[in-house]
Amino acid sequence: MSNASPDRDGGARERLQRWLPKLVLSPSCVLVLFFVYGFIAWTSYISFSDSGMMPDYTWVGLHQWSRLWTSWTWGIALHNIWVFGLLYIVSCIVLGLVLAILLDQRIRAEGVLRTIYLYPMALSFIVTGTAWQWFLNPGLGLEKTMHDLGWQSFSFNWLIDSNMAIYTVVIAAVWQATGFVMAMFLAGLRGIDGEMIKAAQIDGAPAWKIYARIIIPQLRPVFMSAVVVLAHLAIKSFDLIVAMTGGGPGNATAVPATFMYSYAFSRNEMGIAAASAVFMLAVIAALIIPYLYSELREPRS
Amino acid sequence: MHSNHNRTLVNRLGFALLPFALALSTNTMAADTSTDNQVEVLNWWTSGSEAKALGALKEGLADQDIGWKNMPVAGGAGTNAMAVLRSRITSGNPPTAAQVLGYDAQDWAKRDALSSLDDVAKAGKWDEVFPQPLQEFAKYEGHWIGAPFEIHSTNWVWANKPLMDELGIEQPKTWDDFIASLKKAKDAGYTGLAYGGQPWQDTTVFENVVLATGGADFYRQALINLDPKALDSDTMTQSFDHLRELLKYKDDNSPGRDWNLATAMVINGKALYQIMGDWAKGEFLNANLEPGKDFMCFRTPGTQDAVTFNSDLMIMFDTDDGDQQKMQQTMAKIIGSPEFQIAFSQIKGSVPARMDLSADKLDACAQRGYEQVKSAAKNHTLMGSLAHGYAAPASVKNAVFDIISSFVNSDMPSDVAAEQLAMAVKSATS
Repeated sequence: MSNASPDRDGGARERLQRWLPKLVLSPSCVLVLFFVYGFIAWTSYISFSDSGMMPDYTWVGLHQWSRLWTSWTWGIALHNIWVFGLLYIVSCIVLGLVLAILLDQRIRAEGVLRTIYLYPMALSFIVTGTAWQWFLNPGLGLEKTMHDLGWQSFSFNWLIDSNMAIYTVVIAAVWQATGFVMAMFLAGLRGIDGEMIKAAQIDGAPAWKIYARIIIPQLRPVFMSAVVVLAHLAIKSFDLIVAMTGGGPGNATAVPATFMYSYAFSRNEMGIAAASAVFMLAVIAALIIPYLYSELREPRS
Repeated sequence: MHSNHNRTLVNRLGFALLPFALALSTNTMAADTSTDNQVEVLNWWTSGSEAKALGALKEGLADQDIGWKNMPVAGGAGTNAMAVLRSRITSGNPPTAAQVLGYDAQDWAKRDALSSLDDVAKAGKWDEVFPQPLQEFAKYEGHWIGAPFEIHSTNWVWANKPLMDELGIEQPKTWDDFIASLKKAKDAGYTGLAYGGQPWQDTTVFENVVLATGGADFYRQALINLDPKALDSDTMTQSFDHLRELLKYKDDNSPGRDWNLATAMVINGKALYQIMGDWAKGEFLNANLEPGKDFMCFRTPGTQDAVTFNSDLMIMFDTDDGDQQKMQQTMAKIIGSPEFQIAFSQIKGSVPARMDLSADKLDACAQRGYEQVKSAAKNHTLMGSLAHGYAAPASVKNAVFDIISSFVNSDMPSDVAAEQLAMAVKSATS
């Protein structure tokens, strides 16, 4: 007995150690399976059902999908997300890169500046949206201030112009995310081997050439990450639009997320809302899955 | 101004977070609260005069020893309240009663979720006293399922009287006079039409214009029967032309403006008219203005013979609890009673839904409005308002909102708008 007991104890402990991580993780796995993947499956089913005000499990095939694609607002929402997403991603990356390069010049008070640029990211989109809505409202913010200061001809009414309103949302979103992208690029720049740059300098290459030929090409993984992070933020954008324009004027700034909310909760069209939600998920998956695949595979090979 | 923005922010936060809150709160709400002697009433009457009007019902119930458990869900013009209601019913724990609009009552009746109010209705002769167009919403397959609180009408113009006098404007009788008076105001440097650029307000003005342009029969054909030929017709194109003309007299800063801020423009003498339902009257009365002296109320020129209405209905949810059933019947009886109908409308700014009462106790605007509703009911020109969900179901209503708001906020040609309108309605009804 006295011989066997340490062995058995050790075996039990070993088994426990082997099972403990699985045991601890299993509740969250079950929860995620049910609440994420379960509801994805449920939503997908609803998009093929006759659901209106309440879920209704009668199968109607592609009916809701064809109604989605003939919908007037869905056309506007898709156009908007395309315009918004493209401008948002490109502006954030260009501005973020420029700021990162400027900050990387071994300047004084870099820490303070970096914090200032990064701070907008700490705000929620609701706060950003509301603040910019006040600022850009012609009767309240910038335009009125300029008029009060005596510049009577000043005019900036994009917020209430249905052709331009989506660009005001871009401005607010870029203001918020640029600092974050800058931080990503800054980290990337710090990771570049200084020897190569010194070698190029000795060869007499001008600074812009060093950036264009050596530094920026090496930032490729940062570009990838930035695009993926910004793209999914853009497709999910909801609160910023709700706070800033409420989807207006008219439907001029409707995006797929606000479309989905309105169809599910105020129009009693749960089927169409589910179809639009599944479509958004598919687009995000098409962006994220290849990225995750390449990211997770690389270290092993 | 500041507090108003805060309120909007809170509303919007609530609006954005609601689905999550719903998911979390369903379980906690399932605790049984219906046992003791009280009714639980879901509503979105949270503003001052609305809450006060609801107090009239609370007192009526208290006289019968019935307690009141208020369940207000603010924001989203009832959207949030309806979302809460759905989750309550899905989880098998409906409130005693709920305030709903138009088609929602029918939707719940279709699902067999409602108690029948036939006994109360029979005793109170509801079939005779409530107008037929309203019965179409308060009855389902011949059975009463909703108790109407009041009738609001949406074809009103609210005008600043001193400004009218200053500009030498008589109350306009025709559409052309109406436009001419707006032009006078604009030429004198005022805003002609106080306008709130939100989809439901755009459509409220639009339905006024359709009624003024095409008359009652056309309104019914196009916006209630949803006849594709009427929707994409020359008369509809002409309606859009009239709307475009009207929009020339709004100010540039209207997009997104709340209706009460537009009313304030008329009250403050910055704007001449506002086209809005009779709840706008509350704002004038709150500012201590007197109808006829400080402000004018008249039917939108060209729509004098018709009334577009909406109405709040109280629906009662089916229950096995005998006490609850009795209290539901008592509540329906109170809502349908003449005293309550008058008292409620006095506070809320509407007119009674019953057609057999005397208007003596109402203010001048409501007295005139009540007579017009009565005669419209007699002449079959009392019709549901599209913008407020009494002409077509929510899906169609919102599809129309899309087109009207796009038209208002762009330079879409009128014939294209009529064509798009017909297409949107077709897609929403398919």
